[in-house]
Amino acid sequence: MTTDHIVKSFDDELNKLSDLVSRMGGLAEEQIERAIDALQKRDGVAATETIENDRKIDALQLEIEELAIQMIVRRQPLAADLRHTVAALKIAPLIERIGDYAKNIGRRTLALNQSPPVKPLFTIPRMGRMARNMVQDVLDAFSNNDVEKARAVWERDAELDDMYDSLFRELLTYMMEDPRSITACTHLLFVARNIERIGDIATNIAEVVHYQVEGQTLSEDRPKADEASVTVVEPQ
Amino acid sequence: MTDPAMSEEQNVTPALDPQGTTASAPAKRATKVDARDVDVFYGDKQALDKVTIEIPENQVTAFIGPSGCGKSTFLRCINRMNDTIDICRVEGTIAIDGRDIYDHDIDVVQLRAQVGMVFQKPNPFPKSIYDNIAYGPRIHGMVAGKSDTDDLVESSLKRAGLWDEVKDRLEQPGTGLSGGQQQRLCIARAIAVSPEVILMDEPCSALDPIATARIEELIDELRQNFTIVIVTHSMQQAARVSQKTAFFHLGILVEQGATEQIFTNPEDKRTQDYITGRFG
Repeated sequence: MTTDHIVKSFDDELNKLSDLVSRMGGLAEEQIERAIDALQKRDGVAATETIENDRKIDALQLEIEELAIQMIVRRQPLAADLRHTVAALKIAPLIERIGDYAKNIGRRTLALNQSPPVKPLFTIPRMGRMARNMVQDVLDAFSNNDVEKARAVWERDAELDDMYDSLFRELLTYMMEDPRSITACTHLLFVARNIERIGDIATNIAEVVHYQVEGQTLSEDRPKADEASVTVVEPQ
Repeated sequence: MTDPAMSEEQNVTPALDPQGTTASAPAKRATKVDARDVDVFYGDKQALDKVTIEIPENQVTAFIGPSGCGKSTFLRCINRMNDTIDICRVEGTIAIDGRDIYDHDIDVVQLRAQVGMVFQKPNPFPKSIYDNIAYGPRIHGMVAGKSDTDDLVESSLKRAGLWDEVKDRLEQPGTGLSGGQQQRLCIARAIAVSPEVILMDEPCSALDPIATARIEELIDELRQNFTIVIVTHSMQQAARVSQKTAFFHLGILVEQGATEQIFTNPEDKRTQDYITGRFG
């Protein structure tokens, strides 16, 4: 948008809306990183911090929604302004769910710390990094109206799904080899599932960015490689 | 209802799109008013440049644009009100039901019964409510006697949503009504002569929100039987009442399309800038 609104406060509000979404996204990215780090290091203190910080994300969602609603009242936004306002209203709860998944990873870490460590799992931190980058990139795309970048995130999710599928098998195998690891492995399964879900949400955000910029919803089916839902591993 | 001025052309009226004959299929709307390359000059100054637009039948088309963009000038071309302005010259064609209304043998008085107009400031005649409605039909020879006239006055006022409020005081002056009532009286007056098209130039600008809402409701009902063109300064009103919107700027028709699309995802930057309040 190169031209400014005649009424400056309208521009101020649109900018504030973008800023709030970026801040909320930034917090969510930090939470993902902190949660995975705490998991790897079996750090209960950091895990507890992650759980408590989630309320900051929830507070931002409320602020974004209130601002967007007031903008609808005051400005009756149209065209790109309308799409931007609607996009913020759709994205805020999506980021809030990302925050919830990160918080849940924190909870699982506390549970996992009560069992002996499972074999070192490199996949989970890799998945975590990937999901975090997807969130960062898609929110950059939102701030910059960058459809191409959003689309790239949308497509990367298939890779994350693949990693989840192979981790799923791996954990089933561990559980069958050693039943004492079942509790820990089950928690790790949920952790992996949470990360995979974060990736899914990033693609939802990408779809909203597409709508914001193009004015039309992305009509294709997302490339989804979710084989884990139908995976069966037989005991030997 | 046949119009003497146009009846000889009934057999060359452009046919409805074949899909339009099936009740269940989503029909492409027939075009009621077809304007091609319309140029309008006030003396040497060009006010409109190559305006081409199809106004669909039984729908509401909204003209929006900043002050001075030519939308009201174009509206007035459709019932040749611009003829009353000496220095105004119109070129190009404007056809209603396939007949060019600027043809030399068009009866302009009849045209203005066909194509009614409602103005920004309600302008009832200085006559009784009854005579405001009856005047047009009487001079056009549309009513046979008092009983006919009574029926027509009643049905027009009912269709304009005003009957209940005035039925017990039809002999009182039209100018004694409130602004909103006067505007509905003017709409009833326009309807009474059985128009096919109703032109409205900012019909709600002088009215309060409740009166405005009642007019908008009326417009929604009227479009079932009439083709309506409305000039409005309110983006939200255009979005609410119209199915097609045309954006004018500096005498040019910049963009036209389905109302939903114009207000959520316009194609032209000038349209976007205007409707989002980025320039006046």
